[in-house]
Amino acid sequence: MADKNGFFDLSKTTLSRRTALKGIAAGAGLALAPGFVRYSQAQSSAPIKIGFQSHRTGIGAAYGRWYEKTSAAAVKAINDAGGIGGRKVELVIEDDGTDPARGAEVVNKFAKQHKTDIVFGTLFSHVVIGSAPAAGENKIPYFVVSEGHHVASTKLNRYVFQPGITDVKSQIQSMAPWIAANAGKKVTQIFPDFAFGYDHRDYLPPALKAQGGDVIAQIAIPPTESSFTKYFPQIPAETEVIYHVMVGPAVLTFVKELGEFYGSQRPQLFGFIDSLEAVDINSPGLEFLDGSHFWEGSPRYAQPDDSAAQKAYRAAVGIDDNGAAVGDPKDVSTAAHMFGCWETLYVVKKAMEDAGYKGPEDRAKLVEATEALKEFAEGPEHPQGPKTFNGKIHQCFGIQNISKVEGGKLKVVHKTKIEDGLYEAEGDYTTQAL
Amino acid sequence: MRDASPATTYALHIGVIALLFALNFVLPDYHQGLFARIMALAVFAMGYNLLFGYVGLLSLGHAMFFSAGLYGAGLTVYHLGWGVPEAFIAGIACGALLALVIGLLALRTSGVAFMIVTMMFAQVFYLLILYFAAWTGGDQGLVIQQASRVVSIGAASFDLTDPTVRYMSALALFAVVLLITLAIVRSRFGRVLVAIRENEERTKMLGYDTVANKLVAVVASGAICAASGAAYALLFGYVGSSFASIQYSILPLLWVLLGGAATTLGPLIGTLFMYYVTDITSGFTSAYLLIVGVALILLVLFFPKGVLGSIRERWLGWLP
Repeated sequence: MADKNGFFDLSKTTLSRRTALKGIAAGAGLALAPGFVRYSQAQSSAPIKIGFQSHRTGIGAAYGRWYEKTSAAAVKAINDAGGIGGRKVELVIEDDGTDPARGAEVVNKFAKQHKTDIVFGTLFSHVVIGSAPAAGENKIPYFVVSEGHHVASTKLNRYVFQPGITDVKSQIQSMAPWIAANAGKKVTQIFPDFAFGYDHRDYLPPALKAQGGDVIAQIAIPPTESSFTKYFPQIPAETEVIYHVMVGPAVLTFVKELGEFYGSQRPQLFGFIDSLEAVDINSPGLEFLDGSHFWEGSPRYAQPDDSAAQKAYRAAVGIDDNGAAVGDPKDVSTAAHMFGCWETLYVVKKAMEDAGYKGPEDRAKLVEATEALKEFAEGPEHPQGPKTFNGKIHQCFGIQNISKVEGGKLKVVHKTKIEDGLYEAEGDYTTQAL
Repeated sequence: MRDASPATTYALHIGVIALLFALNFVLPDYHQGLFARIMALAVFAMGYNLLFGYVGLLSLGHAMFFSAGLYGAGLTVYHLGWGVPEAFIAGIACGALLALVIGLLALRTSGVAFMIVTMMFAQVFYLLILYFAAWTGGDQGLVIQQASRVVSIGAASFDLTDPTVRYMSALALFAVVLLITLAIVRSRFGRVLVAIRENEERTKMLGYDTVANKLVAVVASGAICAASGAAYALLFGYVGSSFASIQYSILPLLWVLLGGAATTLGPLIGTLFMYYVTDITSGFTSAYLLIVGVALILLVLFFPKGVLGSIRERWLGWLP
C-alpha cells in the first residue's frame, strides 16, 4: 500500500528501522515485565491492599459474614470518594477458620505472599492473640475489631491496634453508673466460664463498687453446659439485678429456663447483646427478655434520633430498620460490633494519609501516624459516635448504648459518656522498638 | 517388610533432611515460614506415630502431650522468665512426666477403652487449662514476647523470630526426632513394639514384659509430642488452649493415616499434604473443609495404608 504522506515510510523519518525495533522490543519487554510495572505503579496508582483476616468458617462465621459486608461497604465508600491518598483500596480476604494457629498463618500469608499493606478485621480474641506475634515479626500493622482488652493490656506488640471499637473493660466500666442508678445496687453475675466471661467477672465488681453498688454473687457456667436450671438456686434472694453474658447457641435455653424459674416476679435483667448478636430478639423463648436492658455498641434497631451519618451508614451496609439484611428479615446483623470495621477502615485512611504512606516501606511511619491520632469526630466516617484514641495503648474509647427490649425491639434509653469508660493505661507500646 | 541395608535407610533419611535444608534457600518467604510450622508439627505426628503406628495403640488424647510441652515451655518463659533452652527442656519434661502418669493409668485398658480413657484425660487437661486461666490465659492464650525468644550461646545469639533461624531450628528438631524414631524402630525395642502390635499375647508368651515396653513407648511418644509443643510455643510465640482441644488430638491421627502409619517419613508427608490442601483450597472457597474431606476419602480409597504405607506395600518393601 502506497503511503503518500510517508507516515509508514520509516526511511523518510528520523526514526530509523533499528530504533523502531528497539522501541518495540523495549515496549514488549515492559509489558512482559510485570514486576517492573508493579513497581512503577506501586509508587503511584496501584491499589492499597488490605488483608482481611475473616472468620468465614468456625465459631465466628456469623460475625465474619457481617464483618465482610461492612468492610466491603466501607471500601466502596472510600473508593467512591477517591480512595486513600488518591489510590484505590482493595480487600484481600483469607479465612482463618476462627483458629489462632491458622490466623497466624493467614497473617504470614498476607505479609509475604499477598504482600498486603496492612492486616485488618479480626474479631475473636484468641485469634487476635494467636496472630499478634506474626504481625509483630512481619512488622505489618494489624488493625483488629475485636473489643477484647488484649490490645489495651499492652501484652501484644506495637503493630497491633484497635482504633474502631471500644474494648470490653471500658464497656463494662461505663455500664456500672447506669446499672447502680437505675436497675439496682445488688447484682448477681451469670457468665460463661471462659475468657469472655472473666472480663465481666473481673471488671464489673470494682466499677460497680465505685458507684455504691455491689456484686453479691458470681455464677460461672461451664461452656459445655446445655441446661441451666440447676444454677439458678445459687442466685441470692436479695438480688436486684441479674447481669448475664451467656453466649453461643445455649443462650436461648438459658433465657427460657430463667423465665421458667422466675415467672413474672423477676429481678431486673441486664445483659450484653453479644449473647444475641445475629439472633432475632423475637425468637421463640426470648419473650422473658421483654423489659430487660442490654449493652449495645451501635444500636441494632433504627432509632428516632439517628444522625444522618448513622442513616447513611446503615443504608451503605444494607441493614433495615430492624437491623436485618435489606430484603431478608431473618438475616439479623451483628450491628453492635460490625460498625467497628467501617470506622477502623476510616482510621486507616486517616493514618495513611497523615503518614504520606506509599507502600510497605512506610509501615513504621503508619504505626507512628496511627499512634499520633487523638480524636475521631462523629460523622460519616464514625457513625457510631465520637471517640478518643490513646496512642500509647493503641485503643479507642467511645460512647456506649443501653437499650431496653420493648415491643420486640431494642430502644436506646441511655448513652454513656466517653469519660465513663476511661481507665488508667496499663503500659505504653510506644516505648517498643519499631 | 524386607530389610534394606542400614546405609540405604540412613541415606534416604539424611537425604530428606538435606532436601529440607536446601529448601530453606529456595522457598519463597511465605512457604519458608509454612514449612517451619509443618516441620514442628510433623514432630508431633512422629510422636503420635510411634505409639499408633508401631505399637498399635490408638490414642485420642495426644493433644494433652503436645500442649503439656506448649505450656511447659511457654509458661516458664512467661511467668518465670526462663531462657529458651531451659524452657524447651521443661516442656519436654512436662510431657514425659504426664505421659508416664497417663500411661500407668491408661495402659490398664486397650482398644476402644484406651481411646476413650486418653480422650477423657485430654479433656480434663483442656478444662484444667481453662480453669487456671489466671496463669494460662484460658481460651484466649498468651503471647510469648519476641524479646523472650532469643537464644544466647556464648557471644552468639539467635533470634527465633528470624525466618531462617526459625526454619533451621524447626529442621534441627525434626532431624533429631526423625533419626531417633528411625533408631527406635530399627532397634530390638522397636521390634518388640511391632510384635506387641501384631500379637501381644504371643509377645508376652515369648517372655517380653509388654506393659513395660508399652509404657516406655507412651513416655517416648509423649516426650516427642511435648518437644513439638515446646518448639511451637518458642518458635511461634503463642500458647493457647485450642491446641489442647480434641481437634489437636484428631489432627496427628489424620496426618499419620495420610502419610502412612508405621512409616518414619509418613508423618511429614501427611502433615505437609494436609497443610497445603487447606492453604490452597481456602483461597478459593470457604467450603475448603469439604475439599479436605473429599481428598481424605480419596486417599483412603486409593492409598488405604497412607501414601508411604501404600508405596511400601506396592513398590518399596524396605521402607522403614
